[in-house]
Amino acid sequence: MAEPMLVVENLRKSFGALAATDGVNLEVREGETHAIIGPNGAGKTTLISQLSGTLRTDEGSIRFAGEDITELPAPERSRKGLARSFQITSIYREFTALDNVALAVQAHAGHSFRFWRPARADAALRDPARAVLEEVGLGARAELVAANLAHGEQRQLEIAMALATRPRLLLLDEPVAGMGTDESLRMVEFLATLKGSKTMLLVEHDMDAVFTLADRISVLVYGRIIATGRPEEIRANPEVRAAYLGEEA
Amino acid sequence: MKPSPRTLVLFAVLALLAAVPTLAAAFNQPFYLDLFRRIMIFAIAAASLNLILGYGGMVSFGHAAYLGIGAYAVGVLAHHGIHNGWLQWAVAIGGSALVALVIGAVSIRTSGIYFIMITLAFTQMLYYMGISIEEYGGDDGIRVAKLSQFEGLIDLANPTAFYYVVLALLAVVLLLVHRLVNSRFGMVIRAAKSNDARTRAIGFSPYPYRLAAFVIAGAICGLAGALLVNQTAYLTPEFMNWTRSGELMFMVILGGIGTTAGPLFGAAALLLLEDLLQGWSLLPKLVHNFWQFYLGIVLVLVVLFAKRGLAGLLRGSKDGADG
Amino acid sequence: MILIIEQILNGLQLGVMLFLMAAGLTLVFGIMNLVNLAHGALYMVGAYLATYFFQATGSFVLGVALALAGTLAVGILTELVALRTLYERDHLDQVLATFGLILIFNELIAMLWGRAAIYSALPEYLQGHLEIAAGLRYPLYRLLIIVVGLAVAAALWYVVVRTRLGMLIRAGASNRTMVAALGINIRLLYTVVFGFGAALAGLAGIMAGPIYAVQPGMGELVLIQVFVVIVVGGIGSIRGALAGALIVGLVDTLGRAFLKPFLATVTTPSAADAAGPALASMLIYLLMAVVLALRPEGLFASRG
Repeated sequence: MAEPMLVVENLRKSFGALAATDGVNLEVREGETHAIIGPNGAGKTTLISQLSGTLRTDEGSIRFAGEDITELPAPERSRKGLARSFQITSIYREFTALDNVALAVQAHAGHSFRFWRPARADAALRDPARAVLEEVGLGARAELVAANLAHGEQRQLEIAMALATRPRLLLLDEPVAGMGTDESLRMVEFLATLKGSKTMLLVEHDMDAVFTLADRISVLVYGRIIATGRPEEIRANPEVRAAYLGEEA
Repeated sequence: MKPSPRTLVLFAVLALLAAVPTLAAAFNQPFYLDLFRRIMIFAIAAASLNLILGYGGMVSFGHAAYLGIGAYAVGVLAHHGIHNGWLQWAVAIGGSALVALVIGAVSIRTSGIYFIMITLAFTQMLYYMGISIEEYGGDDGIRVAKLSQFEGLIDLANPTAFYYVVLALLAVVLLLVHRLVNSRFGMVIRAAKSNDARTRAIGFSPYPYRLAAFVIAGAICGLAGALLVNQTAYLTPEFMNWTRSGELMFMVILGGIGTTAGPLFGAAALLLLEDLLQGWSLLPKLVHNFWQFYLGIVLVLVVLFAKRGLAGLLRGSKDGADG
Repeated sequence: MILIIEQILNGLQLGVMLFLMAAGLTLVFGIMNLVNLAHGALYMVGAYLATYFFQATGSFVLGVALALAGTLAVGILTELVALRTLYERDHLDQVLATFGLILIFNELIAMLWGRAAIYSALPEYLQGHLEIAAGLRYPLYRLLIIVVGLAVAAALWYVVVRTRLGMLIRAGASNRTMVAALGINIRLLYTVVFGFGAALAGLAGIMAGPIYAVQPGMGELVLIQVFVVIVVGGIGSIRGALAGALIVGLVDTLGRAFLKPFLATVTTPSAADAAGPALASMLIYLLMAVVLALRPEGLFASRG
């Protein structure tokens, strides 16, 4: 049997005396949409940062597509097919939307020690970038400077940049954070269209989004996964209700 | 494609610069030939700094180092009787690139305040090295009696010929930097300046690109150093003085950071201002004697109130495409 | 042997002076995240004011006290008028604006006292030598500098580690938003820290007056050495500033004293003559490069 796409074992990260992740075990299977939920301060963003390589891991291992990537820096993980979006929108604000996505394409189009030809006239970068923008519904906004896009559009742009790297696994850190109801609905709809064709690991506070999108859910509390299962299993799990859902109610 | 207003201004300025030797001769003011040649040499140096500072976001406070390396390459070879200009300039460019590679390899691993202090400190090290080598004049410097020789091609001792060489090189450097920053390579260093975390997350490792930009900038500035020592016919460690690094940064800011023509405007504005403060007969003697005081005030005011520089005046809304 | 002890003392003396400069600067870096090139100007102001007030009053102690107060005032004034607006700016703006301030300060000093170095005297009771070991007579004044420097280091340690102000300073160096969240008047804290640093730089300048040349631009030479100290020690760390300052002071002094004779034993005297001084003046920068290669955050980084 094939190994799952992502296998996380006993992952730990401490900040001083505070253990943000404290022995996380997690598996993400190829093709599934896997959501991680948990109360504030449970270590969700730390976990995503460890998985994407922006934070060094103290202990434990991360295997991605059959390969140990625990010690790999973020750019190399991206080149192996691990893409992420950030909780706080992270885009190139002074570049156009198309530039943003074209850069993501460029990062996966061999080395960039090409000094003379204008990158903005390079069809090999612009065409795929434009296609991805169309896909996320930003086609008409391609030439706008990213800073001038609406907040929801900037979040879409982030997803577009992640998609443009042709990832095997998409790490989404609260993709609907800070969005209005309409924007949020549209984003969930869009992510639903990716289901099946992309493997996704999603950290999200919005329970509607989670239960709409997720095939499986893992619950992170105090740096540990206390339960993993299908949405209905998680909903019914007494431990989860006590530790987490009870708090919300 | 219709050229932007800024591009038109740049071409107009270059055309004006091309007319300077004729005008200077007509009005019998050879001084201006000298002044504008100096401005263009510093514009080349500032353009190289603009590549890493304006587009790459690397606040190098030691760019004068490469002016110095370029100048010493020419001056030292001349001192030992080697006057071949091709060789001298090749050593100037290659030597500067090599020094930039070493300094960059160490300092680009750091960022923020560390980067500023380290680039400054390394330049200071080279400055003190220049001061302590008595063979090449120590802190007094030495005269470079014979300029770089390009037999049968051009004679730099002819002020007008030298002037056009500098003008041609300036045009080439401005074009080169313009192409660089809009190429795939340039997009990477600009992306890394704009958002480092995002750049890593989409799969770029910025370090080698930053280092390459740092080396290219060093090499171009080395060329400016080779020109500068031919301009002054005098080799001195003062080329590497840390205030020179500060002036280069100021030129970049003053002309409009991260624009193609900015370094030229900035170099012209700063050197003309310095020249006015030091010698303009309408200003009182008190200003001439303490001209740096007034320069300092202008500097502080520009930083506080006119960050976008002269090029900013010619620019409508801020956009990502640079002309 | 005597010579070695004497040079070690010289190195210590340079080290404590660098520490006085570095302590204030590293706090301003660490807490306000401000690149202040004009820190060296305060050192110069201290030296000039001390020289002036000693001549005017005839009392060295009174001169020092007035100069200290004067530098403190100049520092606070500079913070209020110019630097305060720079805290929120990027490093490039800070570098350029404080570069402008250096020009202004240097020229103001030149307007008041001229460009030539001025003579800064010592009172008679500080001019002697002290026999600290058989055959080793060391200038009393330099010893005094070492003692004062170490005493200030101890006092600083006490303030930073044991007092509420020190707690705020340490917290500010590692987490600015937290201090603001505690409801501390951050502007006032900044002004106090800056004034503090200015006074220390002034003290260094005051003590430097009688042994180094008092002239416009004197601050920048020492400023760049202080940068090396801070890079070696780690930004925002007083301990790092002390360790870095002593290391840099000793390496620089001993290098200048012994590198040439040492080279002469391994190569020809003429080669040593040529390379010795150049290498000696580069030594602290090479040291910095080595430290950076091994520990990019400095020896005592306060921020992760």
